[in-house]
Amino acid sequence: MTIDSTKPVIIVVEDEAQIRRFVRLALEVDNCIVHEAETLQRGLIEAGTRHPDLVILDLGLPDGDGVDFIRDLRVWSQIPIIVLSARTEETDKVRALDAGADDYLTKPFGASELVARVRAHLRRRSLNSNEDNSVIEFGNIHIDFRKRIVERAGEALHLTPIEYRLLTYLVSNPDCVLTHRQILKAVWGPSHIEDAHYVRIYMGHLRKKLEENTSQPRHITTESSVGYRFMP
Amino acid sequence: MADIKDQRPNPDELLEKVQRENEKAQRGKLKLFFGASAGVGKTYGMLAAARQLRAQGVDVVVGVVETHGRKETQAMTEGLEILPLKKISYRGRILKEFDLDGALARKPELIMVDELAHSNVAGSRHPKRWQDVEELLAAGIDVCSTVNVQHLETLNDVVSGITGINVWETIPDRIFESADEVVLVDLPPDELLQRLKEGKVYLPQQAERAIQNFFRKGNLIALRELALRRTADRVDVEMQQYRREKAVTSVWKARESILVCIGSGVGGDRIVRSAARLAGLLAVPWHVIYIETPELQGLPDTKRDKILKTLKMAQDMGAETASLSGNDACETAVDYARQHNLSIVMAGRDHPRPWSPLRRSFADKIGVLAPELDVIQVSREEGDARESFAISPLQQQIDRMEKGWHGYAMATLACIVATLIAAPLHTVFELSNIVMLFLLTVVFVAIRYGRGPAMLASFLGVAAFDFFYVPPRFSFAIGDMQYLLTFMIMLAVGLITGQLTAGLKHQARIATSREARVRALYEMSRDLSGALIPEQIAEICGRFIESQFGGKASIILSNLEDKLKPPIAATAKPPIIDHGIAQWAFDHEEAAGNGTDTLPGSSVLYLPLKAPMRVRGVFAFEPVNPGQLMTPEQRRLLETFARLISIALERIHYVDISQSFAVTMESERLRNSLLSAISHDLRTPLSVLVGLADSMTLTKPPLTGQQMEIASTMRTEAMRMSALVNNLLDMARLQAGEVKLNRQWCLLEEVVESSLRAVSTSLSHYKVSVRLEENLPLLEIDAVLMERVFCNLLENATKYTPENSKIEIGASSADQEVIVWVEDNGPGLPKGKEEEIFKKFERGQKENATPGVGLGLAICRAIVEAHGGSIHAENRSTGGAKFVFTLPKGNPPAIEPEFDSSEGECV
Repeated sequence: MTIDSTKPVIIVVEDEAQIRRFVRLALEVDNCIVHEAETLQRGLIEAGTRHPDLVILDLGLPDGDGVDFIRDLRVWSQIPIIVLSARTEETDKVRALDAGADDYLTKPFGASELVARVRAHLRRRSLNSNEDNSVIEFGNIHIDFRKRIVERAGEALHLTPIEYRLLTYLVSNPDCVLTHRQILKAVWGPSHIEDAHYVRIYMGHLRKKLEENTSQPRHITTESSVGYRFMP
Repeated sequence: MADIKDQRPNPDELLEKVQRENEKAQRGKLKLFFGASAGVGKTYGMLAAARQLRAQGVDVVVGVVETHGRKETQAMTEGLEILPLKKISYRGRILKEFDLDGALARKPELIMVDELAHSNVAGSRHPKRWQDVEELLAAGIDVCSTVNVQHLETLNDVVSGITGINVWETIPDRIFESADEVVLVDLPPDELLQRLKEGKVYLPQQAERAIQNFFRKGNLIALRELALRRTADRVDVEMQQYRREKAVTSVWKARESILVCIGSGVGGDRIVRSAARLAGLLAVPWHVIYIETPELQGLPDTKRDKILKTLKMAQDMGAETASLSGNDACETAVDYARQHNLSIVMAGRDHPRPWSPLRRSFADKIGVLAPELDVIQVSREEGDARESFAISPLQQQIDRMEKGWHGYAMATLACIVATLIAAPLHTVFELSNIVMLFLLTVVFVAIRYGRGPAMLASFLGVAAFDFFYVPPRFSFAIGDMQYLLTFMIMLAVGLITGQLTAGLKHQARIATSREARVRALYEMSRDLSGALIPEQIAEICGRFIESQFGGKASIILSNLEDKLKPPIAATAKPPIIDHGIAQWAFDHEEAAGNGTDTLPGSSVLYLPLKAPMRVRGVFAFEPVNPGQLMTPEQRRLLETFARLISIALERIHYVDISQSFAVTMESERLRNSLLSAISHDLRTPLSVLVGLADSMTLTKPPLTGQQMEIASTMRTEAMRMSALVNNLLDMARLQAGEVKLNRQWCLLEEVVESSLRAVSTSLSHYKVSVRLEENLPLLEIDAVLMERVFCNLLENATKYTPENSKIEIGASSADQEVIVWVEDNGPGLPKGKEEEIFKKFERGQKENATPGVGLGLAICRAIVEAHGGSIHAENRSTGGAKFVFTLPKGNPPAIEPEFDSSEGECV
């Protein structure tokens, strides 16, 4: 078997054969190499041997807790992990994200949605490694980290220190779902872990300053009961 | 007679066996070296085995070995670890004894403990060495030990019968029976005698003569036979057990069991041993009872101890024992036999009584009382008999006393006999001695027949003495006034003795009835502990009332509102209950009615059933005769009884509660697992459908326009199906009360935002606007569920309005709540249906082409109400429908304002 080094390698850990099948179909059309694993055990072996660029993990596997898988994987790898889960399982999603997963998809999800997310995370990965991140632009927002300047449509924007820290943290994790807990820890410090309403309030302030339509924001979106996602 | 039945392995027995084996597995194993007499080489054999095991690497320790200085045996211990003996000082001497604690601390795999039947020095933990061994076994240590045939409890008297030597050191047969392995160490008598001659057998110096007697060839042959046979019996039992386990053939078993009655005599041990042998042979259970009659109550402590020892011995041998009391030993024994389904009664043979040939023996009496029982009489050794188990003469006399005239006739007869006996003596002895004879007669009569006959005997005695012997003879004239004193003394003796007898009898009767009462209470409480419903308690209660009081009784329970329910009749005829009094007794927690201070005119007594937690009801009792309840003893009994009943009632109350709780838990668990199974099973194929339909559109080469449309329709429909399933499951969860709100302080804005994103595909052809009041407070809501509310309302709007309609989401703050609305400018709601649409499976327009099952609004209402708000629908005055719901504001947490020190810095 010849491995095309330009093609991203993706591991799908999922016990339902049919779901594996369509995920593989969708990703292969998108020029990825897909390896399947039916169990967590198998998944870890595949992850350790295939040099994957991304892992897609179903949280409801019969042979164990997907969160343990994420922790195990995070010990030695920072590759993106996208978890699949059912609706009404918000706590599972939060646990998985807190453990180190980057994103989640709620079943049922479309192939286009999946492919879009996979692409976004692969792109983020290559960006992280290559570019100088001191200046970031998205929409009509321009951020210069070195100068600590945020501009909207060319006009300087006043941000409070917390708002600035919040923005910095969001921007440095594009396309990832960040839980309330993760944000609190990064922006307020470990002593405020339970005060999720602080995040909501300040996120509201930040949005008002950055977004054109706060009820349908383009860059900072809410994931109900889970957290937020920044999309450049 | 024998109830024969197929004995396939009974599951209970098998279970018991498994348990026994489990127990055994944890216990150490006992291996016995069994021999006919001293000197056959048991200790040697044991040590040989120990050496062999040690060579195999087993951790063997010698606990105690009596080598008696024999060189061969001594040599065998070499190389083995020997546990030091413990020194115990006893009466100024230091004695060495096996060190049990040392052995337990050392905890070897296997320990050698010689002479199982050995009695420990006073001051040791256990009086017998076999008890030490039991403790070792219990600690999981394997034990090897030695035992001689004469040391077996059941064979003890056989051996002493053969050899004429009593052996005091015995072990209970069960130790022998439960030994895991028995090795017979056999030596022909001739060889043993040879060894004895060579001085190879140890004999204690003092008892040499007796021992020499013991080692006669005849004895040795008999002992050897006993040992062989006992070992063979054991093998047989093992064989039988094997057969039972493997169910090779059906095994037949007679359902006979044995009742052994023992009395105060020394023969008790003998009877028990015979019974043990018989029970062993028949392999049936056996009971040993001692019946305490009023006469036997006065036994000296030494005899009482003896009886208790006999009972203890019986227990050690595996019998069930009981000490009963009753007026008539025969009746009590027969009752016991019937109660416990025992078909054979064993008792010692009564001593022949030449002076009362008409008296029936114990066995005969049993035969008359219970012809269905087999009676076995066990022979007694000379000297045993007088004190044997017999009907107490006193008791019989007491019985007879009640027959009235009989006593007086006997008194008369006794006086005649005394007079006749005195006739020849009169010439030899002085008159003062003759008087003693008459005095004796009075005492005799008083003891046997009580006060009345004793008085008669005094009168008759004095009269006869006066008439026949006091000069002048053959006349009632009294020559000397001193005979008047004689008469007074005789009368006094008669009266006092009679009084004492009567008192004794009375006490015995009281003791018996008290015992019966305690027994009845005990039996009732035992029955009550098994009762599960109030009717059972009432029935048990009725049985007790009938046996102890007679009369009518009912139990009246209370409901949760502390009102009494209809009574449950306990006796066949329930009393007529006045509910007013019953309720009063219940409310005031005091007895009322007959015999109390409250409404004593009533014929029924109402006792509140006070349990530890609360009063459970009232017990109503109507005695046969109204004065019956006045005695404190009866009242006390009744109160104890009521207490037992109330505790039982409380217990079943809590049993009910725990059961219903268990049922609720179980049904909840079932529902949860059903829901999650359904949701998984329905969602997985839907996910696959959505995914596959979607991936079709991505395939290369691209699909044609028509195929593309098909794929996209498939996807849309599958998504809708998924939404439907979600709604159904949400509804099921909400209805089951299973949904626990994950309430957090959230911004409504965020919920609206994520909802709009979730239904963005459906909304793509509508003009959606959001108009939230500035600075809405944080709301304590479950964001995920609230998102469902918005999604359902928005989807509803898209379903019932034409494309390009306007949909507006708004919110404003009111005094205590936040009002939220979703409105459209579509056709509006059908008139008068504004409330109905929130019902399950209810839709605005019946039979139309709009998809859905009408769950959306019902879910919205359930969620909003769970948040403490309300929801309603109305038609807008400008046309279109408006759904309005409220959410309570609560007390939002304070947010510390940020001190913006960096003002201007980030510009």
